[in-house]
Amino acid sequence: MKNPMLDRELKRGSAELLILSLVEVRPRHGYEMSKLIESRSDGAVRFNVASLYPLLYRLEKRGWIEGRWVDKAEQRRRRYYRLTAQGKKVLRAQRNAWQTFVAAINRITEIENA
Amino acid sequence: MPDFREEVRKRMARLNLEPTREASIVEEVALHMEDRYRDLLAQGNGAEQAQATVLAELDQDDRLTRGLREIERQARSDAEPPGAPGFGPFTANLWKDVRYSIRALRLNAGFSIIAILSLALGIGANTAIFQLLDAVRLRTLPVKNPGELAQIRIPNLLSRTGHMEHHDELSNPLWEQIRDHQQAFSGAFAWGTATFNLATGGEARPAYGLWVSGDFFRVLGVQPILGRLITADDDQHGCGTPATVISYSFWQREYGAASSAIGSTLKIDNRQVEVIGVTPASFFGVDVGHSFDVALPLCAEPFIEGEGSVFARRDGWWLDAIGRLKPGWSLEKATNQLESISPGIFEATVPPTYDPEQAKEYRAAKLGASPGGSGLSDLRQAYENPLWLLLALAGTVLLIACANLANLTLARASARERETAVRLALGASRLRLMQQVLMESLLLAVTGAIAGALLAQILTRVLVSFLGTQSNRAFLDLTFDWRVLAFTAGLAVLTCLLFGLAPALRATGTSPAASMKAGGRGASADRQHFGVRRILVVTQVALSLTLIVGALLFVRTFQNLLSLDPGFQMSGVLAAYIDISPLQLPVGQRTPFKKDLLERVRAIPGIESAAEASVAPATGNWWNDTVLSSASGQQVRGTAFFNNVSPGFFKTMRTELLHGRDVNDSDSLSSPAVAVVNETFVRKFLPGTDPLGKPFHVDLGPTKPQPVYQIIGVVRDTKYRSLRQLIVPVAYLAAAQAKDPDPSPVLLVRSNISMDATRSSLEHAIRNVSPAITFYFTVLQTEVRDTLLRERLMASLSGFFGFLAALLATIGLYGVISYMVIRRRSEIGIRMALGADRSRVLRLIMREAAMLLAIGLGAGTILALLAAKAAASLLFGLKARDPGTFVWAVSLLAIVSLAASALPAYRAARVDPLDALRNE
Repeated sequence: MKNPMLDRELKRGSAELLILSLVEVRPRHGYEMSKLIESRSDGAVRFNVASLYPLLYRLEKRGWIEGRWVDKAEQRRRRYYRLTAQGKKVLRAQRNAWQTFVAAINRITEIENA
Repeated sequence: MPDFREEVRKRMARLNLEPTREASIVEEVALHMEDRYRDLLAQGNGAEQAQATVLAELDQDDRLTRGLREIERQARSDAEPPGAPGFGPFTANLWKDVRYSIRALRLNAGFSIIAILSLALGIGANTAIFQLLDAVRLRTLPVKNPGELAQIRIPNLLSRTGHMEHHDELSNPLWEQIRDHQQAFSGAFAWGTATFNLATGGEARPAYGLWVSGDFFRVLGVQPILGRLITADDDQHGCGTPATVISYSFWQREYGAASSAIGSTLKIDNRQVEVIGVTPASFFGVDVGHSFDVALPLCAEPFIEGEGSVFARRDGWWLDAIGRLKPGWSLEKATNQLESISPGIFEATVPPTYDPEQAKEYRAAKLGASPGGSGLSDLRQAYENPLWLLLALAGTVLLIACANLANLTLARASARERETAVRLALGASRLRLMQQVLMESLLLAVTGAIAGALLAQILTRVLVSFLGTQSNRAFLDLTFDWRVLAFTAGLAVLTCLLFGLAPALRATGTSPAASMKAGGRGASADRQHFGVRRILVVTQVALSLTLIVGALLFVRTFQNLLSLDPGFQMSGVLAAYIDISPLQLPVGQRTPFKKDLLERVRAIPGIESAAEASVAPATGNWWNDTVLSSASGQQVRGTAFFNNVSPGFFKTMRTELLHGRDVNDSDSLSSPAVAVVNETFVRKFLPGTDPLGKPFHVDLGPTKPQPVYQIIGVVRDTKYRSLRQLIVPVAYLAAAQAKDPDPSPVLLVRSNISMDATRSSLEHAIRNVSPAITFYFTVLQTEVRDTLLRERLMASLSGFFGFLAALLATIGLYGVISYMVIRRRSEIGIRMALGADRSRVLRLIMREAAMLLAIGLGAGTILALLAAKAAASLLFGLKARDPGTFVWAVSLLAIVSLAASALPAYRAARVDPLDALRNE
């Protein structure tokens, strides 16, 4: 089931991290990213067209990712995003911060559960 | 498939995005929606359902448009997002501006090339002249702590007679007294200059020599790169074979930089000297503008110069002295000490040839210390003021170029007004836009400055060649030092501000709404805006007129000097400077020897006439003495100039003999001494009498007899020392009657064959008489013109600057009138539609041009009148406010400028009214 609350909170805090992680290994286009996010989170996290593209353009404007139209044989023309050198640094920093945060949350919730 | 593109486009319309960006977003978002639609269909949704879902997602919470609007706003304010690592907003903007400017300048290559070229010329000329000033005036000597050096001078001793050389400060007896009594300096040295001959016969090979006292190198702190340098031990009275130090360049040239140079011997003026060491390459002596080849101790002067020695003479002024101040001593303190020892020193060295009055003045003289860190230089004395003046001229040219560029930039700013307005409307700050416009100007200025600095390296070398002649080459250290660098960089920034700031303020000062409304025409058509451009053109015209007046004044000065009648005809005369002293003839045999030589020269085919003289006219050399005469019972005393000449001198020089006779072969040692004088001599010493047969005396000082000369002829006035000098009284004595015949006279030879042919046959004749005679030849006309170096420099450079200024002002006026014509195209169209004919339109435009020109010329005339005063001392044969020059300059500029404005006016007159109105 979709959890609207989790959806909103997670997106607010970590949307950038998600996008950066997705394009870390290879360039991807927007629809591919939205499908990946949905499938890998088992539908818990979803980006629709209205929230995804402003985010992509913002990241692009900051120089963290770079979009480029690519014509591939037998395929439709797509705009692919790849991670820039600057984006790599940001990703590393955000990933560390996220892991520290998650670890802290875990510790707190574990104590409460004990 | 529903048309999602149209849906997205509708939503984007409100955002006012840049078209290409909007298209890209529309395509990308629509593609996404199509994919989603397909997936929804595949999941079993109906077409309507799927479309409704996709559109609902697009509009969810209005996120897409809100998000995009936010991004665009951020982009406009151009702030780097917080958290971005690396660059701060300032450097990021800077880099962005640089890239943007390069792109903008490349798009407008014509403008960029004109801008960079004119800046390169302007900055190059300024840098070149400044570099010269730096070398001549500002730079200190390349020695240890030059700031501690002080020149020892006699500031209040004005009239000195006797044997003068160069800076003519001190005699050797006076120097030795100073050396032994001064306490202000940790060390002091004296030095003089000489031109030596390295050849032992035949054509002379000149070497520039320094006479140096023993402490010269020690006090300056110069270390040898090979061997050792002259010390106090080498400079002892009666030194035998003198120890000689050679310069680095001489060592390279004459010895191929071989270390075997040390210990070898060298013939200087036929005397043998020993080379003991080599100075470093950077050391050129203490005379800025000249270098040296060999340095000899003072004590060697009698050995080298023989009977012409001035070493022991108290009236031989051939030395200058410099001292290194003791730690803690100031120039004032040193001057005080020098003044306190002055009475004793001067008392002990009064020249015996002085009359009581001269001796009294001499005893009252005082020594003083003045700054010596930048050395001494007659080049500096001659050229410092002209160079400052030229720098001012070059600066004005740069100013005009800046005004032109400001005009062009303004025109560009008008063309880009809509772009600016749109960027302002979208929220760009004025400061950011100004930064952007200034960056373009800075980029142009820096490129221009770099090109200018490179150009200056060539120009400076050309200028230095202007300062020297073939026989007397100027030497200046022209390395690019921090002062030149700072000057060029300063110029770049200044020019950038001058031509960039006004347009930047203008462009960003317009209201966006006004610009947009004004449409394609641009808002700059308003009156105030155009006013700035008019003021710029008026300024250009005024400044150009000043430069053209200056150019005409200097060019006419040079022309006056070249075309004036010096009283003799210099073309076709070869001057042969010979030296027969190596033959060591007894004094009594010199005159017959020279006479025989002259006969042989006269016998050469093609030679019209030949004569001997001790001074070649108008070549800068001179010899004067005090003359006494009595005319109508009154004694006249005054200075006259002299020349020893052989028969045929006036014929060779084509100087008219007015009365009496020329000197001839009957004038000998056994007959009464005779003289031919010029008209001015008669007017000064024998006014109102028939001079023929009258005697005059020459006063050679209280200890010497006064020789008497009888006047046998009068010749026309001629220029004596230089073309610039006023006509002076001259007496020509018979060379054959000299008690001590000159062993190194000049032979003046007039021929009707080429100078080269004359030269080679003369060389042959002289070698046939004796291979030991040394000689060198000059073409008299060339030698005389070489004395006009400064005038030539001023005429060429100011002429060049004047031309440049007129060109720039003409371009400026053309630009403004063309712009005005474009601006008023529709107005002209309406006028013509209402019946105005072409000539009327032509008049309308030309009136505008004529008005700008008139105001500029008026202001320029006033400016030029003020500026011409500064040049007055450099002019010859015309006044600084010469009306003819002003009329010429004004007409020249007026004609050229009006012609330049006629072109756009003619274009305006050919406007097709229908066409002009349709475009409205």
